[in-house]
Amino acid sequence: MKAAILVFPGSNCDRDLQVAFEQAGADVTMVWHKDHTLPAGTDIVGVPGGFSYGDYLRCGAIAANSPICRSLKDHVERGGYALGVCNGFQILTETRILPGALIRNADLKYLCRTVPLIVKTADSDFTRDWSVGDELQIPIAHHDGNYRADDALLNRLRESDRIAFTYGDTPNGSSADIAGVLSENRRVLGMMPHPERASDEALGGTDGRAMFRTLTSALISA
Amino acid sequence: MLKDGVLDPQGEAVRHALGSLGFDGVGGVRQGKVIELDLADGTTEATVREMCEKLLANTVIESYSVELG
Repeated sequence: MKAAILVFPGSNCDRDLQVAFEQAGADVTMVWHKDHTLPAGTDIVGVPGGFSYGDYLRCGAIAANSPICRSLKDHVERGGYALGVCNGFQILTETRILPGALIRNADLKYLCRTVPLIVKTADSDFTRDWSVGDELQIPIAHHDGNYRADDALLNRLRESDRIAFTYGDTPNGSSADIAGVLSENRRVLGMMPHPERASDEALGGTDGRAMFRTLTSALISA
Repeated sequence: MLKDGVLDPQGEAVRHALGSLGFDGVGGVRQGKVIELDLADGTTEATVREMCEKLLANTVIESYSVELG
């Protein structure tokens, strides 16, 4: 299984994501934001956390218009997989690959702590190892993680079972406590919490590891 | 500007700060941003609107207005 991790100026979770995918058995290539194409045979694109382009204009807005993100859009339109974490989730909403938007946390504070995360669907290659209602301990580290979805979008997400995760106790004001959403074809996941930071005992937890293992086995057998 | 109906946490903080300074009667604050563009002669409003749609505003949550002059 081939994973490509995008690297923007200001990305800082790119290597964590690389290690998480590699530990799950994936071949990982790091791809610079100025590149125009993804490596041939890329199964999944990882869009990492960090502060791409210094969060100038809006978080993820400049990155969403970078050359590599045009290839990312093509990849997704062809049915390719993508995982966006934190700033990666912001980039996926700015590209309109995922619906909704992320704005400043409701209490305006930068939040950096481990939070309980509730699995809301097991119907995806990201979440198949879990059961609905499972509670995971996953770190968050963000200033702009307040997911905004209007009532029409919330209904659409609920009806199509595309809310992947909610917070046990919403730290940032997100609509319907949403922490992660899936694309219509369920092959793109964006989430604010960091599963790659909970994938090694040395980092204090392994609750996120199952996502990378499940993804890798799904994409190897595909 | 954030669209009506999208809670503006920064505007709310500004409203509280105004209240603590003794300015009563501020029912709400919406905070936005101004972006000044130095444009080549002949750039049309339609082009500027395209810039807003494609990059300068996130129209999922933000509205924008254009002033030329």
